[in-house]
Amino acid sequence: MPEILFFSLVAGVAIISSILVVAMRNPINCALSLIMSFFCMATLYVMLDAPFMAATQVIVYAGAIMVLIVFVIMLLNMRTETSKNYVHGVLVGCIVAVLTLFVISGFLTKSPLTGATGSMTPELITKVGHTELIGRAMFSQFLLPFEITSILLLVAIVGSVILAKRKL
Amino acid sequence: MLSLHHYLILSGILFSIGALGVLIRRNAIVIFMCIELMLNAVNLTFIAFSRYLGNIDGQIFVFFVMTVAAAEAAVGLALMIAFYKNRGSIDVEDINLMKL
Repeated sequence: MPEILFFSLVAGVAIISSILVVAMRNPINCALSLIMSFFCMATLYVMLDAPFMAATQVIVYAGAIMVLIVFVIMLLNMRTETSKNYVHGVLVGCIVAVLTLFVISGFLTKSPLTGATGSMTPELITKVGHTELIGRAMFSQFLLPFEITSILLLVAIVGSVILAKRKL
Repeated sequence: MLSLHHYLILSGILFSIGALGVLIRRNAIVIFMCIELMLNAVNLTFIAFSRYLGNIDGQIFVFFVMTVAAAEAAVGLALMIAFYKNRGSIDVEDINLMKL
């Protein structure tokens, strides 16, 4: 029972801060509520026995990516634009969002949500350690995707330097 | 007792809010943040399934989604800076060169 209460608290904060991301006028406020939402996600990952993913969420998302976004917001100095009309197509957007939610809840009620269960139980995670399990899987079974990811990052670095350069 | 359904419902709600933000906002950076929100909702689904099916592959997927999101952030923000230099704003209504 306390588990459900804590989940409701974290989920409520996550939903409210996500709504604030959509509703706030100033982009800096949007970014700060998005950081709050990411922290709620990290809490949920801890509750799902994935502490390493929670740490990665805080470091990569709430740390690196959001610092980049806030930096660009401040670089472009967007405060002057916030007084203008900041939304468009609200009615169509709301209809599409409600339909999306409707489809997702349809999937949830119709499908049994079961499948072939694996060997990763919470007891194994506490015994071996979550980081070690992730590392074993990533550097044996998923080694090729891991290497391809490094190429993707290299492409992103080169591409962003070329795009943001003043003159080629 | 907390079940898989709780996490999936939360994830669906967050995804819909993100989709709403992508559709209604005019500021390109806020649209970008809403895309990150949708990616996070999917990550939550992956980790919840991974926990309740006892399979670690979903968490590896989340790892790759995070990497792609980081690359996307770098390239997307560079695009926005380049666009701001050309037009002086990042309102998506001003991105209309390909409109008839």
